[in-house]
Amino acid sequence: MNSRFLQGMRHGIPIMLGYLSVSFGFGILAVQLGLSVFSATVISATNLTSAGQAMGVQVIAAAGTLWEMVLTQLVINLRYSLMGISLSQKLAPSFTTPHRLVAAYGITDEIFAVASSQNFAVTPAYMYGLIVVSAAGWVSGTLLGAAAGQLLPAAVTDAMGILLYGMFLAIILPPARRQPRVLFVVIFAAAVSVLFWHAVPAVPDGFAVIISAVVAAAVGALLFPLQDETEATA
Amino acid sequence: MTLVIYIAVMAGVTYLIRMLPFTLFRKKITSRFMRSFLEYIPYAVLAAMTVPAIFYSTGDMVTAAVGTAVALVLAFCNCPLIVVALAAAAAALVTGWVL
Repeated sequence: MNSRFLQGMRHGIPIMLGYLSVSFGFGILAVQLGLSVFSATVISATNLTSAGQAMGVQVIAAAGTLWEMVLTQLVINLRYSLMGISLSQKLAPSFTTPHRLVAAYGITDEIFAVASSQNFAVTPAYMYGLIVVSAAGWVSGTLLGAAAGQLLPAAVTDAMGILLYGMFLAIILPPARRQPRVLFVVIFAAAVSVLFWHAVPAVPDGFAVIISAVVAAAVGALLFPLQDETEATA
Repeated sequence: MTLVIYIAVMAGVTYLIRMLPFTLFRKKITSRFMRSFLEYIPYAVLAAMTVPAIFYSTGDMVTAAVGTAVALVLAFCNCPLIVVALAAAAAALVTGWVL
């Protein structure tokens, strides 16, 4: 077997372990919102993203419009476009268009972070190894969470509702601590979101998140523009 | 049937967002505003999704607040994602038992 593929699989193990617990939380959330175990698992297998899925099932549960679904996914997952652009600069020549079409499925925050930190040109085999192991953790965790969500005591599943949000905090706080401009954007976005929640509860959650995020990121970009190219990946 | 459409739209949009730039993009973004905006967007999205929803995530504001406090401290200390997420849930669970 291709050694890069095995190396990718090995690098995917820590991601898989992290994904197992977090997607367990997503499975519980999806079932709590009225989705079936099968639907929750299909969503994880086809989307492979935490924040987008958490928002997506809420749009579904609230019987939101398809436009709301398109816009929430577009805004929440927009970061993958930037990651895709960044990663495309580090690919080996063997990464032909068909391979790009397949590997694009697996661009997540964690997979991107691991793949882009390698000191070799990323090959399709390496990406596939990374993606297969990570996605297996994401999908099986969802299946277990969605199924066990009906078996575990309510106190446990209630408490697990916080899993995904805990992970989000773990993603945003370390860079916010290092960079005051990121902290500013985070607090601004949270404040606008709270304002929507209490002042205009009629606005669907999906739109409230989009508007809060776009306003905060735009204000941040105006007040604290990046100084040079290298800063974007810092 | 509607659910199938929702999931198809969700998966389709998510895939296109990943695939189009990864496959087609060959040069760098030059607009400083756009680069800054794209840099900030993930943090802004996650923050807006988390606050205030995290306080309603366990069905009880007190257990959620304790879980949030634990998550904040651990996340601030650069703990791994899995540790922060599990500790927040454990703190909310224990608080629920104590109350």
